[in-house]
Amino acid sequence: MRPAIVPDVVAETAVRDGGLVRARGLTKQFGDFEAVRGIDLDVEPGEAFGFLGPNGAGKSSTMRMVSCVSPRTGGDLTVLGMDPRTQGPDIRARLGVVPQQDNLDNELTVRQNLHIYGRYFGLSKAHVRAKAVELLDFAQLTDRADAEVEPLSGGMKRRLTIARSLINDPELLLLDEPTTGLDPQARHLLWDRLFRLRQQGVTLIITTHYMDEAEQLCDRLVVMDGGKIVAEGSPGELIARYCSREVLELRFVTDKPDAAAAEGLADRIEVLPDRLLLYTSDGEASLAAAHQRGLAPASSLVRRGTLEDVFLRLTGRTLVD
Amino acid sequence: MTTTTRERARVCPTPTAVWLVVEGLWTWYRRNWRSSAVSSVVEPVLFLLALGLGFGSQIQPSAATGGLPYVQYLAPALVVASALQTAAFESTYPVLAAFKWNRTFLGIASTPITSRQLAMGQLLWIFLRLSVSSAAFLVVAALLGAVTSVGVIGSLFAALLTAMALAAPLVAYSASLDTEGQQFSAIFRFIVVPMTVFAGTFFPVDQLPAWVRPIVWLTPLWHGTELSRASAFGTGELLPVLGHLVYLTALVVIGARLAVRTFTRRLEV
Ligand SMILES: Nc1ncnc2c1ncn2[C@@H]1O[C@H](COP(=O)(O)OP(=O)(O)OP(=O)(O)O)[C@@H](O)[C@H]1O
Ligand SMILES: [Mg+2]
Repeated sequence: MRPAIVPDVVAETAVRDGGLVRARGLTKQFGDFEAVRGIDLDVEPGEAFGFLGPNGAGKSSTMRMVSCVSPRTGGDLTVLGMDPRTQGPDIRARLGVVPQQDNLDNELTVRQNLHIYGRYFGLSKAHVRAKAVELLDFAQLTDRADAEVEPLSGGMKRRLTIARSLINDPELLLLDEPTTGLDPQARHLLWDRLFRLRQQGVTLIITTHYMDEAEQLCDRLVVMDGGKIVAEGSPGELIARYCSREVLELRFVTDKPDAAAAEGLADRIEVLPDRLLLYTSDGEASLAAAHQRGLAPASSLVRRGTLEDVFLRLTGRTLVD
Repeated sequence: MTTTTRERARVCPTPTAVWLVVEGLWTWYRRNWRSSAVSSVVEPVLFLLALGLGFGSQIQPSAATGGLPYVQYLAPALVVASALQTAAFESTYPVLAAFKWNRTFLGIASTPITSRQLAMGQLLWIFLRLSVSSAAFLVVAALLGAVTSVGVIGSLFAALLTAMALAAPLVAYSASLDTEGQQFSAIFRFIVVPMTVFAGTFFPVDQLPAWVRPIVWLTPLWHGTELSRASAFGTGELLPVLGHLVYLTALVVIGARLAVRTFTRRLEV
């Protein structure tokens, strides 16, 4: 299937303003509390852009401002070349939004949810009906099309919310934790669908707590913490900059890990209650060196550096709230 | 698979946008319109039968009833009171549900529909829904011989104006709540029910103690009842009629503005 993304629209926009989303010093305040504290963003047409960050980092607040639902407190923001303050409805007509929390009409059927929602975008009944059939298939909900939403599983509701966000053939799709609560099958199905949308030229902005998802889906990421952007780059760049190619994990069962003995074996060493993490370019070599020094871990593991390592390094291992 | 029709999403002009909101609310409502029809048409008809024809047969036409049989005295007021009650219901639980339990209004906020259009659509929906149930009630009342003249069309207008005079501020209030709706039962118990009983629907207000009357004069129901009877019986005098119209219209206008404000505050955070 091929949702009607009209490539020339995207291209046109790109030429006009050199970015689908552009933020400078963007802030969001709730009363005295500053949830977003001056961030800069540039999302290019056709890319998949990710937000990572611990709970409360300000990801959803940012997404809601970009969705033109929540007014910004300060700074500059343009979406599709327009200012949300003055042209909110025009921008929203061209966006797809998957909020963190579903807001489907539970008392209506799956199909009715799509119909009603499409009508708000000024689409004719005939168009919305045909589009709904297409999207039900996209989300693999055709079997349940005429069932009420209420008794559906969380994952099905999530898929419906995602299908609903595509009813207007958006140029920019904002997904706030789209796969939280989905089983692995549904996650992979969604990744596949998002990949297809990208091929059709849809720009994606995604927040997620799954690092594998971010690595799979995103060309470029920002890591947010405490309302600020603390790092930005492609998954590969971030790993290169904040982690190492490989990580050697030494596990200790009885003794406390002896950090001093491992000193100098790697670029960086992290001490956890039961483990030492050695960030190194060559894990096997570091392991051999550790054995030579007489370190006797109960077990050891060499793995490649991941986004999760980057994330934990940047935002810490302790819970924020 | 590709859709055959090619349409671009667009921003609708406000009247269309408001109408689309009505369309959405109607889709939701029609799932169980029967039970609502029962409470907003059948119940007042039962009232009319029991009180108007049953109990009313014991009441001699007198000055207090404008010289009319009680059932004819009651009908034009009952249409106002029952519209008001239905309005009170439609302006409370469904509105809070759409913000808090179902969260559907939060979904609409991501479409080109604005908070203002959503608020206006909600009010227009209540208005249309009341128009149908009030008109249905009057038709039944006419068949039961409770209607005296075509002036009853003015009663329909009075009923709708009165109901909206309560609905608009109440919708605004419901949109501002973040509770489980405990306040609503208090509103029904301490405002809507006493209003129905004492604001002139069943007996003239001058039967009440003098100190109670000024309170009654503040209720939209009293103004609406006066208007409705004036129209049905052709007893209206210019100045009082104007006064009632101005008072009720002011409530509608202020209420609608407040509703736009509370919808905006709730959605655009
Ligand atoms: N409407 C609101 N009123 C007051 N505070 C809010 C509101 N919305 C968000 N916040 C606060 O702003 C901060 C950032 O919230 P936000 O939802 O943007 O975080 P997040 O990065 O999306 O977190 P999560 O990963 O848990 O979804 C939090 O401290 C939150 O409590
Ligand atoms: Mg969030």
